[in-house]
Amino acid sequence: MELLNFTSKGLFCKPGNFYIDPWQPVDKAVITHSHADHARWGMKNYLCHDFSLPILKSRISEDIKAESLPYGRTVIINGVKLSLHPAGHIIGSAQVRLEYKGYVSVVTGDYKIADDGITTPFETVKCHEFITESTFGLPVYRWKPQNIITAQIHDWVINNQKQDKTSVFTAYSLGKAQRVMKLLNGLGRIYVHSSVANMNAAIEKSGIILPEVSLYQQDMDKKQLTGQIVIIPPAAMSSQLLKKIPRSALAVCSGWMQIRGNRRWQAADAGFAISDHADWDGLLSAVKASEAEKIIVTHGYTEPFARYLNETGFNASVVETRFGEDTNADQ
Amino acid sequence: MKKFARLFSQLEATNKTNDKIAALVNYFENTPEQDKIWCLALFTGKRPKRPVKTTWMKEWVMEITHIPEWLFQESYSIVGDLGETISLLLPENKETSDKPLNQWMKEIIELTDKTEPEKKQYVLQAWDGLNAEERLIFNKLIGGSFRIGVSNKMLVNALALHTKKEPSMLMHSLMGNWSTETARFEDLIHGKNINSDNSKPYPFCLAYALDSEPEYLGPPEEWQAEYKWDGIRGQIIKRNNEVFIWSRGEELVTDQYPELKETAQKISQSFVLDGEILAIKNGRILNFNELQKRLNRKTLSKKMLEDIPIGFYAYDLLELEGEDLRNLPLTERRSRMIPLLTGDSFYFSGELPFNNWDDLIQKREKAREINSEGLMLKKRNSVYHSGRKKGDWWKWKVDPLTIDAVMIYAQRGSGRRSGFYTDYTFAVRNGDELVTIAKAYSGLTNKEIEEVSRFVRNNSIEKFGPVRTVKPQLVFEIAFEGIGLSKRHKSGVALRFPRISRWRKDKSVDDIDTIESVKMLIR
Repeated sequence: MELLNFTSKGLFCKPGNFYIDPWQPVDKAVITHSHADHARWGMKNYLCHDFSLPILKSRISEDIKAESLPYGRTVIINGVKLSLHPAGHIIGSAQVRLEYKGYVSVVTGDYKIADDGITTPFETVKCHEFITESTFGLPVYRWKPQNIITAQIHDWVINNQKQDKTSVFTAYSLGKAQRVMKLLNGLGRIYVHSSVANMNAAIEKSGIILPEVSLYQQDMDKKQLTGQIVIIPPAAMSSQLLKKIPRSALAVCSGWMQIRGNRRWQAADAGFAISDHADWDGLLSAVKASEAEKIIVTHGYTEPFARYLNETGFNASVVETRFGEDTNADQ
Repeated sequence: MKKFARLFSQLEATNKTNDKIAALVNYFENTPEQDKIWCLALFTGKRPKRPVKTTWMKEWVMEITHIPEWLFQESYSIVGDLGETISLLLPENKETSDKPLNQWMKEIIELTDKTEPEKKQYVLQAWDGLNAEERLIFNKLIGGSFRIGVSNKMLVNALALHTKKEPSMLMHSLMGNWSTETARFEDLIHGKNINSDNSKPYPFCLAYALDSEPEYLGPPEEWQAEYKWDGIRGQIIKRNNEVFIWSRGEELVTDQYPELKETAQKISQSFVLDGEILAIKNGRILNFNELQKRLNRKTLSKKMLEDIPIGFYAYDLLELEGEDLRNLPLTERRSRMIPLLTGDSFYFSGELPFNNWDDLIQKREKAREINSEGLMLKKRNSVYHSGRKKGDWWKWKVDPLTIDAVMIYAQRGSGRRSGFYTDYTFAVRNGDELVTIAKAYSGLTNKEIEEVSRFVRNNSIEKFGPVRTVKPQLVFEIAFEGIGLSKRHKSGVALRFPRISRWRKDKSVDDIDTIESVKMLIR
């Protein structure tokens, strides 16, 4: 049963005549979530989750032709049953379930198992064929429980406040930034970079309530930042922005921070291993819970993850895609 | 242990010397003496014998986690540190432990004489009571190395702030003979084990790079030219029959150079000499890579001492029989120095005679033939300055060597450059393959960095965390100060101070150097 083909344009559903997260312009694209390596410009028609729609329009263009679905509602496209299910990665992220002639495939996009308190939590969908990411598919990547890492981040911020320092976090403007906002809520006034503010506005269009934040402005009086919190996207680390904040301490929030070498190399004051991707245990539990007879690993540490699955009784293979190639993967 | 683990992560979180010193001071202020002693011991390389083999630790972890060996290796290659890999692979600890550092160290020392099953039981139990950060420290205490980016100098400066004592005295005291079994913290910081007056060094006089043609320096007869050697700047002190060797980094390195110590002992006068520590065999100065093999070793084998003998090129005399000579003219100091240089491994850094500046320019160009990196110009009537002062001492290096190499890896920068790929690894041709030759960080303009970053994003083949393998296409001219054979490098050669001199957009990967042509540059 060939429900899905891997083509040069992306993951193609032949009977349904649509693509999932394609990387080249096509007629119809189903989008798992709105990160740039999964949701690209140039598609004639987009289909995504309700919460993703305003984000997609904000990132690509208000003029795109796009439809959206809530989680769990089935639509039929050229005889293929399609439904979206929570992936727990970022707001609006979805696993795509496809069913054709009794055969079920699930495309996860990116996902995480732990509940981050802001994204609809991951839901197990049983299938025959499970197409999974493996961004952190090595056993050294096992996340600490959210409450422990939150406590560490709180300690860090409070310690900065004692020294009259501004706590600056780098976090990708869609997903990580909102998660960091949520877990810092109440510790101080939160200022966000304009790219984060834009994403917040798009997310709030779906009626989701985010913590209250203020816009960080170049010309603002930096004194009012003392003891407060600033969230900037990783790309802004290369700008003059950081230098303009008189006394700042910088923290990077990313799964890569699990490894000391990466923490040192970032030259940040702190690195917190907090990720929107499943860790090793999470990936294994998702694969197991899917009860799939065929596992396809698309991006990340694909080779070791697939090899380990094969050695532990699964039928796994690797297909190279262009997911995860954005330099901002998990920041 | 919790405090020590916190210190460890604070030291790691920053590149700033001042922040590291502040973390050390904070640790000293809030830690009992028995732990402070161990902190000093560990950071200065006084560590107990390793009671457990690292291969055992690896096996135990595989047993606990049911991870196959290849997956352990895969993880290790990503993490790059065995102790850390183990700390990350082990399951969450069920218990906690509040044992202080000195208690752990005592137990680890006692472990040496236990049987293998006893050792295993101890280590497994320890792992179970420590979180990931503490486990990493524990693993480093029982096996592996303890490198953490804290130099002796940094440690001493922190200790000086904590104790309000003179840094050079503390350095002498710490470098001296003491053991964790007998030493008391109070005695150490008061230098009870030493006479610090004997060891006190002078601040080094430092030279600026010559930034103009030598004609601007005035009449050539006012200047003295010497060859500049690529070694380790050092001060050799002998007072009251005690010998001390200080490096430029103000670290005491006496025990690393037994041949210099021995020669100094034989000289009857007391003195302070300034000069260059070099590897010298049969009168020939060896490549810096040879000297490097001898640095920072705990023990020096007989073979090492025979293969890479050390010598000292003395160029200045700062003190003789207790008299400070630094305010005498250079020529006077040097004429008083010559009679001292009698022993085997002491050499006089002689003058290079020249008639006029043009003559000297030609001599400088030939410097590389004898493994020299250029010339030093010093004013004959100059006093010995403290630190860097413009005008009397100049270093005048030869132009760097260059090769053309292709970029094969790129890594993102840090801080304000984190959005761009700024650190590159370069390769030259070896038959049909490419072989890594150098890593370089600087030398491009911001605009070029942006352009290279775009190329990297569009042409990456594989990624390993922050590192990308890229299509071998961009050719750069790499400049470097020296080159030597090296067993540690896959290419068989090591470059000294490599950097990008320019982007050769006019060249393709077919035009790059071969490993043979690179090796021909070695003298």
